[in-house]
Amino acid sequence: MLKTFRGGVHPEEHKDITAELHTEFMPPPQKVIIPVSQHIGAPGVPMVNVGDTVKKGQPIASADVHLTAWVHASISGKVVEIAEYPSSFKDKSLAIVIESDGLDEWAPGLPMQRDFEKLSVEEIHKIVTTAGLVGLGGANFPSHFKLTYGPEKHIDTLLINAAECEPYLNSDYRVMIEETDRVVLGVKIAMKSLNVKRCFVGVEDNKPKAIEGFKKAFANVDGVTVVALPTKYPQGAERMFIKVLTEREIPAGKRHSDIGIVGLNVGSIVAIANAVEKGIPLIERVITVSGDAIAQPKNLRVRIGTSFKDIVEYCGGYSKTPKKIINGGPMMGYALSDLNIPVIKGVAGILVMSKDAVAEDEEYPCIRCGKCVDACPAGLVPSMLSILSERGRHTEAREEYGVFNCIECGSCAYVCPSKRRILQYIRYSKAKNAGHGHH
Amino acid sequence: MSSNIKLEETLLSVSTSPHVKNNDSIPKIMWNVNLALAPAAIFAAIWFGLPAIITMVVAIVAAVATEFLIQKFRKAKVTVGDGSAVVTGLLLAMCLPPALPWYMTAFGAVLAILIAKMAMGGLGFNVFNPAHIGRAALMVSWPALMTSWAANITSPDAVSSATVLNIAKQQGYETVVNLFGDKTALYKALFLGTRNGSIGETCTVLLILGGIYLIYKGYIKWQVPVVMIGTVGILAWVFGGFFYGGPGTLFSGDPLFHMMAGGLMIGAFFMATDMVTIPITIKGQIIFAFGCGVITTLIRFVGGYPEGVCYSILLMNCVTPLIDRVTKPRIYGTGRKSYV
Repeated sequence: MLKTFRGGVHPEEHKDITAELHTEFMPPPQKVIIPVSQHIGAPGVPMVNVGDTVKKGQPIASADVHLTAWVHASISGKVVEIAEYPSSFKDKSLAIVIESDGLDEWAPGLPMQRDFEKLSVEEIHKIVTTAGLVGLGGANFPSHFKLTYGPEKHIDTLLINAAECEPYLNSDYRVMIEETDRVVLGVKIAMKSLNVKRCFVGVEDNKPKAIEGFKKAFANVDGVTVVALPTKYPQGAERMFIKVLTEREIPAGKRHSDIGIVGLNVGSIVAIANAVEKGIPLIERVITVSGDAIAQPKNLRVRIGTSFKDIVEYCGGYSKTPKKIINGGPMMGYALSDLNIPVIKGVAGILVMSKDAVAEDEEYPCIRCGKCVDACPAGLVPSMLSILSERGRHTEAREEYGVFNCIECGSCAYVCPSKRRILQYIRYSKAKNAGHGHH
Repeated sequence: MSSNIKLEETLLSVSTSPHVKNNDSIPKIMWNVNLALAPAAIFAAIWFGLPAIITMVVAIVAAVATEFLIQKFRKAKVTVGDGSAVVTGLLLAMCLPPALPWYMTAFGAVLAILIAKMAMGGLGFNVFNPAHIGRAALMVSWPALMTSWAANITSPDAVSSATVLNIAKQQGYETVVNLFGDKTALYKALFLGTRNGSIGETCTVLLILGGIYLIYKGYIKWQVPVVMIGTVGILAWVFGGFFYGGPGTLFSGDPLFHMMAGGLMIGAFFMATDMVTIPITIKGQIIFAFGCGVITTLIRFVGGYPEGVCYSILLMNCVTPLIDRVTKPRIYGTGRKSYV
């Protein structure tokens, strides 16, 4: 049994709602709204104009810097608008609106067939840089940035994050089960790209079928170890994941590559495989639609830019009056005020929740029970951070209690018997300390 | 299948993550503490009879009424339903002699809530354990009555005079043993509660049972009572021979006697684990419990009072903020060589 990380909680999983539902292909919508900024880094600059005809997989936005990700048309049709639209990544983003021509045609040359063994590392780097790849686990970090680290970084370990520790969500799980071969191919490509000989694939032990399938699939792949991880939220958080699998900790203010590690989400790995082998950029992804107020929960393969409204309607609308609609999982996701918002690359789930399923408790004073300290995987004292933030003592929160070391997993607020908004206070203190931080 | 529910007709909540939380709450915790105290309280009502019942009722009513009236006066939200004032009243009663006049009990309860809790800002802001503040106030106000122990009226065989700690302190440990016949009978009386003492502190087995329940529910950490009681036991064993008319040698004290006598059991399981007034980390709580154990033993052996649990907990409450500062957990990614 693996050692686990410090702290953590066990929210009710609710994964059974969709875990065994095969991924369904959602027909392309009539219109997609594709933000040019769906990633950390520079937003893309439109490469098309209103009135242009585009094909599926065609690049439509890019930027001439390293920390960015290209954006591609997810359907074929006509560009009808380029304007500011609400986005789930930032409040607003310039977006390219494409109306479908109903043909769903690929851009010329796509899909193709390439043997990654015959490609040089430089060629692989070029391919992934233009394929629009970002972290599909929700971090939205450009994947090519990680894949193109050179020898000066001394990367010695690749970690594949297949933990999927958020309740309700099964998008990664379905990918693991249904596209096992693509995962294997993606891992081989990533290891070649980084020139590493050691790789761990970490799966939470609540997914025995995925673990079994991976162990078989990777049995003959040199250097790859599949590890069953104790199920505990937030196992999938980068720092906890690295700690459990390698015993290393990322020093405060640094990132994983500084300690010789690259971590990639399992969904991102499949996208890498598709980009390198078939030339297909990231234009669609798997989403779990779940919650107690959705009529027909599903796992759906949807095109980037599809509106949440279309997705909810495709799933039969509401079975109960929704109280909250969450983009992502219940622990870290964002509550939406309406559904006129497009799917972007980092969206892993849509949860439609009734009043009974979400927490809306009255706040009491902190009773210093210490449960949040026990739950905090970063080793903070969240109760004290929340009190200091509430009282405006932000310097103390930063210098003495390490507010910037918070990974915002929400475990503290989850366990708090006083139902204090601990995470909200912490975020507020981080905002007040902006400019002093090291992240 | 399509539903008739339209999004436009409903107002969505946009509060921040996490969107689900566990179902613990302050009222739930507090009423569970009351539940854990119930076996020992019921035993006290049976063993000490009507005087004990009156003391418990008066203490609880006075505590709840005080909190209610203060909150009404301040036009603040009334929180008596959360169960914390009931805990304070009941714990105070459990620490009092059964025959204490009712108005003194009420005075202690009023002070516990008024001074130790509400004046500090209410639940969560009190520095000291309110029940022990009430008890300490009564001890300095009416020291003679606070150490008077009426003959037990339900059992003519019960010891009709001071508690075992009083007797041991004044007349020696052997006198205590002789009063009960032999050591086995003494241990049995201490364990089952068939002895004199404060209302709720005599029945070791039921206090342990309540404590185990709270540990099982995750409301207290087992380390706190174990370290506190264990510290007293070890110190009593090592140094006890020099006191209470002992043989004057090391390792000749009676640890079982000291662990079960006085208010140690109720203090260790129910006061030294009071969330609000003890350190916030497990490491800090162990230090706190050890300090309580040491001070309790010091007061019993060389102090002026026969029992020291109340003061040990209050003294360690004083240094809790300091303990919290020095026992902050190591933050991930700091404090040691993190690379490889």
